[in-house]
Order: sequence, then C-alpha cells, then structure tokens
Amino acid sequence: MKELIVISGKGGTGKTSLIAAFASLAKSKVLCDADVDAADLHLLLHPQVCRRADFKSGHTADINEEKCTECGQCLDLCRFGAISDDFKVNPIDCEGCGVCVYFCPEKAIDFPENTCGEWFVSQTRFGPMVHARLGIAEENSGKLVTLVRQASKRLADEQELDLILTDGPPGVGCPVIASIGGASAVLVVTEPTLSGIHDMERVVQLAKHFKVPAMVCVNKFDLNRDLTRDIEAFAEGEGLGCLGRIPFDPIFTEAMVQGLTIFEYNTRSQVGRAITQIWKNLSKRLAL
Amino acid sequence: MIISVASGKGGTGKTMVATNLARSIGSGVQLLDCDVEEPNAHLFINPSFEESQRVFMPVPAVNEKNCTYCGKCADICRFKAIAVVNENVLVFEELCHSCGGCWEVCPEGAIQEGGRDLGVIEKGHSNGIEFIHGRLRVGEAMSPPLIKKVRYYQNPAKLTIIDAPPGTSCPVIASMKGSDFVLLVTEPTPFGLYDLKLAVAAAQILNIPHGLVINRCDLGDSKTKNYADEMNLPILMEIPFNREIAEAYSRGEMLVDVMPEWKDMFLELHLKIRHLAKLEAKH
Repeated sequence: MKELIVISGKGGTGKTSLIAAFASLAKSKVLCDADVDAADLHLLLHPQVCRRADFKSGHTADINEEKCTECGQCLDLCRFGAISDDFKVNPIDCEGCGVCVYFCPEKAIDFPENTCGEWFVSQTRFGPMVHARLGIAEENSGKLVTLVRQASKRLADEQELDLILTDGPPGVGCPVIASIGGASAVLVVTEPTLSGIHDMERVVQLAKHFKVPAMVCVNKFDLNRDLTRDIEAFAEGEGLGCLGRIPFDPIFTEAMVQGLTIFEYNTRSQVGRAITQIWKNLSKRLAL
Repeated sequence: MIISVASGKGGTGKTMVATNLARSIGSGVQLLDCDVEEPNAHLFINPSFEESQRVFMPVPAVNEKNCTYCGKCADICRFKAIAVVNENVLVFEELCHSCGGCWEVCPEGAIQEGGRDLGVIEKGHSNGIEFIHGRLRVGEAMSPPLIKKVRYYQNPAKLTIIDAPPGTSCPVIASMKGSDFVLLVTEPTPFGLYDLKLAVAAAQILNIPHGLVINRCDLGDSKTKNYADEMNLPILMEIPFNREIAEAYSRGEMLVDVMPEWKDMFLELHLKIRHLAKLEAKH
C-alpha cells in the first residue's frame, strides 16, 4: 500500500484542489484529509458520513471552589499562566500538564479529559474518505492527524485498496510532522512567488529530516516564469522529482464554487491536461 | 494597540495585508511575524537584521549520579517525555512541554534544566518599522513557545501589527491572544468562507473585536458577503484580483509601492480599525 501526502509549506497553493483532481484520476484509493485544523476537502467531495467518533485527547485542570483553600501553590507552579489570582483556570491557557493537580494539598483540582474534535469515515463519489474536525482553539492536532492516518490505513487494508491520497496541512510544525512521518512520499505543491519558494525549501528540508521522499510540482507557473525555473532548478539540485507545471487559471476557483473537481467542471481544460500529466509522472514514480 | 492579521485558510493574503498596512503607517509601527513555521513578511519588508538569538525551551536533564530511579518524574509527566526503565532514565526531549513537573517532583534534586532548540528570533528595522520574527527550527513540532517569545518583544508604546499563522488551533491562539483587534483576511470562495467561519469563532472565543478584508473579491461567489451581512461583520477593505498585483507579489514587491494609490486605502483601513476597537472597548 502506498501513502502520498500533498503538502506545500505555504497555504493556498492549491493542495486541496489538486488532491480532489487526483481523486478523479486514481483508481482504487482511500482519501484522507489531514488538514484537521482547517479541513476543506469535504467541500469538493461532499462525503456521506458513515461513522463519526469523538476525538478525546488531553486534560484540562478545573479548580473545585469548595475544596480550594487558596493556598497559592498551583499559581506558583503553573508555567503557563493559566490560573488567575482568584483561582480560576483559563482552559485556553491550560497545557494539560497536571502539575497543579498533582501538588494541590487539598486535592481540589479536577482533571477531566478533553473532547477536542471529531472524526469521520465517509463515502464519496470517488471512494471512501477519512476526515476530521479539530475544535477551535484546541491542541493536539498532531494526534488527530495520526488518528485519521491510522483509520485510513485500516480502511485501505480492509477494502484492499492500494493507495491513500492525503491532503496535508500547511506549515512545518506539529500537524505536518504527524502527517508525513512514515509516508511513501510527499508531493510539495508550490507557486512561483518568493513566499512559495521560501516555504517550499523549508518543507522539503522537513521531508528530508524525516527521510520521506519528496517530489515537487508548480502551480500558477506562468505568474512568474523565472521563479518557476528557479524552483525546478532547486528540485533538480536536491534530487527531487519535478512532476510538472500547472498554469494559472480562475477555473480552479470556478470549479470550487460549484463544489466540483476540475475534471468534473471542465473536461478539456489546460489545467486538467497539466494535472493529468503530473498524475502520470506521479504514478510512475510511486509504481502504482 | 495590537492588531492581529489572521485568516483560517492559508494563502488568502495575510502577509500582504500586514506588510502593506505596516508600510503605509510607517514609523512608530512594530511588525511581528508570528507565522514562525513559514515566516514570509521579511521577504516584503526587507529589514536589515541587527540581532539574532537562538531560543531554547527548558527540558529535563537528569543527573544520574543523584537519581535513585524512583520513577516519580515518569509518573507526573503527562506527555510521556520521561521513562524510567530499570536503572535508566530516558528523556524524550521533543515530547516535553516544559511544565516543570519533573523538576518539582524529583525528591533528589536530580533533574536540571536543559534546553531544546526551538529556532531563532531575528530583529531588524526597515523604513521606520521595527521588525521581529521567529523561525521555527525545521523538525521542531511545537510553535507556540517560539510565538510567545516573539510576542515577548511587543512594545506597548508602538502600534503592533501581528502576522498570524493560518488555522485556528494553538499557534493561532498564541498569536492573536491579547490583541485589540483581529483583521480577518479571506477570499470569497467556499474554502475561504468555511475557514473564515472557524477564524471568526476563534476571535469570538478570545472576545476580540474583528473585521474582514476580502482579497481577490471578484473571484468566487457572493456567499462571503452574505455571511458578513448576517453576522454583522464589517467589511473593512476589498482588494480585487489583478494579475499585475499577483505578479508584483510573486517578486516580493509591495502593493503600496507598485500602486501607490493603495497607501491611502491602507491608512483608511487603520483608522477604521481604531474606530471599531475603540467602540468595542467602550462596551
């Protein structure tokens, strides 16, 4: 089984639209949305939820006023400034470390488990999909990413599907690290802007750090042809595959507004041809 | 005053708005790039960096000479960052949240503070703007401690503009918390709107007044405006899609330099924000 994660470093380079387009092209696969913080793939794939589960992770301190003698130990110990002078815990600041709970001489601090999101196994017109929603202002996005990736693998095993196509999060931090570790390969979608290149270089470095093979493709390549060549030269120099160029075209936005993949929206677009070529190159490299 | 520029969805134009706003106002402004995973504001502001400092977060360093392998440190750690196996203490630095529990609980005083490299903070200036950003070490998972460190340099005597990371989870909260106003930059597409709603909810949780900038306002549909109407969210600026703007952006050029007429609009945006933040403070 192969697992491909589409990432970008910079947000808004076209990860989700590209994954949705691949969903049209790939034969037997599971789709996975690992951008649990701002998941958007469902807006194109319209999943019918088959199973839903709470995502529980971490704990939050809660001071029981009746038992509290206001001795101040917790206040002194908390390194996150989460306890106010009138002995109330701000759940947004609480890291869930439990140090206050452990040391409270009155055992006055409860420590309930958090429900910090939910996740789903669904059916789409392109096959099964696993996705999630992290609660707003919640932590542990990495754990939720790990959970949806594991659920995708189980599903692929059960249904004997040989590919997992995963929409990854932006950045290089916790959710991205959780998304790419142990994957067959990552595809970095970038754009020919100084920001796009800067962020691509960091995310390529991250993939190297975790020893995941990386490939690159350039979206909106005609916005700046010089920088497109720079990206391709960088990819060449780093020994990464450069899988192709996609032209800038508002058709991506138009398809998104209709809730369709690019191929469903327009069967003969230039963008569509470019993506088909990228998919062919990708299939060869992944030996699909 | 602190204005955070956030978005939910990535790539909607946060950095463009934050940098052009800072450049338009000019001296007296402090620009903090809190998108430490992928900092980009410096590519447009071009500051001359005068200072660079590595940032470490405290992690346990066990002095095994004093250790009796009682296992209390492993028991208190909720993050599985310390394990005691027979006569060995294993520290998994990258899992540590620096809560200090193990230091406190160790009866032998055998745990000292080591440091995990989070990345660097760089400070500089450009055209009267004081610029500070963090660059998370590639491979480091936790960005909030570095974001907090960038925010530590906030100067209350200045107007602080914060370029926040995308999303709505802990890094965004660490960036926006304590702001006087959150400027939400969105695009009128289904992805933009869906993620905008999450970002609005985050601003509401933090109880910070907020308003919208709609970027590429002519690409997409009218649902974002309808949502803004319904929610009574002020639309403070609209920026149309323009290939010239997109190409200038790709080269790291600022909108107000390429099209100077935008400077007045960013100054007006600043006045609108001040007005709204003041109104809210009165309530």
